[in-house]
Amino acid sequence: MIEIRIHGRGGQGNVAAAELLSIAAFKDGKFSQAFPSFGAERVGAPVMAFVRIDDKKIRTREDVQNPDYLIVQDSNLIGSVPVLDGLKPNGLILVNSEKKPEELQLKTTAKVETIPATEIALEIIGRPIPNAIMIGAFCTITGLISLDAVQEAIMGKFPGRVGENNVAALERAREIMQKR
Amino acid sequence: MLKQIEGSHAVAECVAKCRPNVISAYPITPQTHIVEELASIVGRGDLDAEYVNVESEFSAASVVLGASAAGARAYSATTSQGLLLMSEVVYCIAGMRLPIVFTIANRAISAPLSIWNDQQDSMALRDAGWIQLHAEDNQEATDLHIQAFKIAEETHLPVMVCMDGFILTHAFEPVDVPDQKEVDNFLPPFRPTNIVDPRWPRGIGLFADPRFYMETRYILHRAMEKSEETIKKVSQDFAKAFGRDSGGFIKTYKLKDADVVVISMGSIVGTIKDLIDQLEEEGKKVGLLQICSYRPFPRREIYNTLKDKMNIVVVEKSISLGRGGILASDVRWSFPRAEKKDRNISSFIAGLGGRNITKNDLRYMVEKVEKEPVELEFLGLKKELISEKDL
Repeated sequence: MIEIRIHGRGGQGNVAAAELLSIAAFKDGKFSQAFPSFGAERVGAPVMAFVRIDDKKIRTREDVQNPDYLIVQDSNLIGSVPVLDGLKPNGLILVNSEKKPEELQLKTTAKVETIPATEIALEIIGRPIPNAIMIGAFCTITGLISLDAVQEAIMGKFPGRVGENNVAALERAREIMQKR
Repeated sequence: MLKQIEGSHAVAECVAKCRPNVISAYPITPQTHIVEELASIVGRGDLDAEYVNVESEFSAASVVLGASAAGARAYSATTSQGLLLMSEVVYCIAGMRLPIVFTIANRAISAPLSIWNDQQDSMALRDAGWIQLHAEDNQEATDLHIQAFKIAEETHLPVMVCMDGFILTHAFEPVDVPDQKEVDNFLPPFRPTNIVDPRWPRGIGLFADPRFYMETRYILHRAMEKSEETIKKVSQDFAKAFGRDSGGFIKTYKLKDADVVVISMGSIVGTIKDLIDQLEEEGKKVGLLQICSYRPFPRREIYNTLKDKMNIVVVEKSISLGRGGILASDVRWSFPRAEKKDRNISSFIAGLGGRNITKNDLRYMVEKVEKEPVELEFLGLKKELISEKDL
């Protein structure tokens, strides 16, 4: 079973990112489960969301405590929230940041990747909502879920212009990560 | 059709396919997504129903009471403080034998305010004369609503379908939401028998002086006991029609050779099953008895299933303050007094106010009762937060 934990702030589409990943995994023929960390969500407050992916039915209801993958939508959370807690030593953390991975100086043996997702979101979507870029980068790096399935999931949830812009942002994330 | 969907939306879609004539609800976390979705289904004209907006849960319950008494198939959903505010009407609905269905998105009770999950809310109304069915996952939560209308209308008893707030209501997982034809085939249109009608003036739920009141309670109690047959039959019929097991009275998992038996209900049983598999790999035999119908309580089923089991542990998300585990009390009462001497029934309270229940917590619980019985223990309690003067 693969476990993913998403950290961000209310308004960045953290729960939507988890939902989209789970729908895309389902479209790829896998079992998946997504749920928020049940906060009294409000704009700006630290938020977590969880995703599990497996080849068989997922039964457990625990919060994800030892993620294989971390997606951090706001790099400022690192330091104020124990983002790295429980991350598997051979796991991966993807951070929304203009910095290079080594510049973040994260205390982890896990692989670190960065992408300037807010910048790209402002350019393509016109709003600072980084989630499509983050999941696009995540799926490109890990190959865990097909980008076609993610595109379908996005268009299913946000038909029309909003969805198209997010798919364009997803594409940009794929190009950037493939060049690395 | 199998789809990846939020639990609340799966339930709302399924409730709509049960064709309620009247829906009335007041939004409250974590029930909100259910009633929002139902409101939009009615709003777009996909369900021919009256959706009555109200200013409080008390009014929501009163609206569905009146609607049901007039012959409508009626539905509401609530949780926590909302259910407590409804409580007076909840008792009336049962006393009037109205076959109303509620979804309870189980949540903790104030004070202090908590929007998070436990099962104290439906527990607070366990004695009201409502059937209470608990869902393990979102597939079961969805299926139970179809069964609930059928059970309610056959027994003339109201039904609460209980699903853990957030843990199920806000979880995306694969759910097969049955199509309209499947639901129609299973659930015939409501044929009310006990209605108020101006053409034939009469009242229901009126006045009963000491010559009559006690008999109404006795009859209601007997009806609750008798509903066992209907709950089982509807679950069996459902399995035949839909090809999957949902609901019923109790369910068991790896019970046959188990040295320790865990009893619980709701979404936590998924985590318990995963733990049981892990322990099995380590050579430990642990089994599960899952309560599907909490009211009526499956006392005889529990006894018949577990009469040879000597080490039982009950883990639950509610407490009778000053008494202890509520489910544990019910389970202890299921075994004849004379037999209790050498049978250990331990009691653990877990997950109050949304405290995460981990497999490690549950492993600790199992390992502890392997050594000694536990009268009452709070699982995952942070003793460092409690000072001497608090106690």
